[in-house]
Amino acid sequence: MREKLAFSGVGFSYGEKPILDGFDLQLSKGELVSLIGPSGIGKSTLFQLAAGLLQPDTGTIRLDGKSTAERLGRVGYMPQRDLLMPWRTVAENAGLPLEIQGFSKSEIRERIAEELPRFGLAEWKDAYPDELSGGMRQRVSFLRALMTGADLLLLDEPFSALDGITRMEMQEWLLSMWQQTGSTMLLITHDIDEAILLADRVVVLLGSPIRQPVELQVSVPRPRTLASRNDPEFHALRGEIWELLRGHGAANGEVSEA
Amino acid sequence: MKESLKKGLWFFVSVISLLIAWEAACRLLAVPAFILPPPSTVLLSLWDLREQLLGQHLWATLREVGLGLFISILFGVSLALVMTLSKTVERLVYPYIVISQTIPIIALSPVFILWFGYDLTGKIAVTILFTFFPIVVSTYDGLKACDREMMNLLRTMGANKWQLFSKLQLPASLPHFFSGLKVAATYSVSGATIGEWLGASEGLGYFGRRASGNFQAPALFASVLLLSILGMLLFWLAGRLELWASPQTRNRKDKKR
Repeated sequence: MREKLAFSGVGFSYGEKPILDGFDLQLSKGELVSLIGPSGIGKSTLFQLAAGLLQPDTGTIRLDGKSTAERLGRVGYMPQRDLLMPWRTVAENAGLPLEIQGFSKSEIRERIAEELPRFGLAEWKDAYPDELSGGMRQRVSFLRALMTGADLLLLDEPFSALDGITRMEMQEWLLSMWQQTGSTMLLITHDIDEAILLADRVVVLLGSPIRQPVELQVSVPRPRTLASRNDPEFHALRGEIWELLRGHGAANGEVSEA
Repeated sequence: MKESLKKGLWFFVSVISLLIAWEAACRLLAVPAFILPPPSTVLLSLWDLREQLLGQHLWATLREVGLGLFISILFGVSLALVMTLSKTVERLVYPYIVISQTIPIIALSPVFILWFGYDLTGKIAVTILFTFFPIVVSTYDGLKACDREMMNLLRTMGANKWQLFSKLQLPASLPHFFSGLKVAATYSVSGATIGEWLGASEGLGYFGRRASGNFQAPALFASVLLLSILGMLLFWLAGRLELWASPQTRNRKDKKR
């Protein structure tokens, strides 16, 4: 499999606070990897590094096999808050990356109109974000990330603000989108079940600074549905991840039940 | 639609009741007309003086207000933009903008009349004095107040400085600009009125002051009524402009009613 994104020996600190130290992570093309870790450990920093908003202090970040500092505009980012512009309609929000790339208005309109149906948003083309439900807003946000044209998507706790039922629906929906688009996805989550259900690999981030992440292969068969949660392997992984997170928390004297 | 109709109806009822109570109080308590004229007398006087009031004085005040407000918007928005784009200009100018908020502007008005004269220019200058700062401050704050995360998101899409400005900062600042404009719209009438008090030969402020000196209370009230309506009209216009410029609010309102 071809390498899509790679961190090798990356070190980064926010002022005095070291976040990453000699950090390695590889993503192959078409892989879906979830990152899980205690809050405040620096998951969002990791994303900002990957997206090119930040540059590493030491080490390199490779995109498509090439080490480059010019990552802005090459990675699709779906933020935790949907960050839809309230003054733009659904179609205008989704078309924002195309606008920035300089496509003509009519071309943007055409391409968005093509995409909206499979996002269940065809009838909401001209609606404004505050008329949409939470799940719909996240779908617009996802479409916007896709429209960057980047085949690497960073999803930062995309479903954390949704209610339980909508979240499960969106997880299944995301799986089907991933299968359709073949994009490489890196997903940050707080939710152990979500991490396992969606991903090929779960990367558990531990320590301050983060040095070597623990990687766990998920071999629960695909296609997965909500029923996959009952798979024995799923249970075993859940236990293992929980032990890792709890063990780490105990070592730092900050254990807290999720 | 029903809701707004109901609201309008209630407002109408409220105004009529107030006028009736006022009229009744004046007549029953025999209040001298030079202290508080009943509304009927005010309206009568408005009718009698219609040619002077509407033809000459309202027109004069309107001109001062319109030109003053226009120049304030032009220069206020420009200054806010320059401050946003240049750190140096911001550092040099912003302290004065903050200090200006604490100065009693009325006290400064005679200085402006001294500099700009007793003709139209002087009144426009006083109107600008009243309306410039609310517009600068609100527009500048609006341009500064944009969401950092949204900024970062646009940067990950590869947006350049101009695109960040035109697609995010500018539209995000509009609500702030319009709240400043609404304040400025009402202040502009005060500005023009005070400019006229300080020395004029026409305008509703000038007319009211002369009427007050001659104890012509009904004429005075007639000019105050026109000034109030002018202020409300400008405020309403600013609100309409805001609705026009921000389609999402227009849409939501249509849906709720």
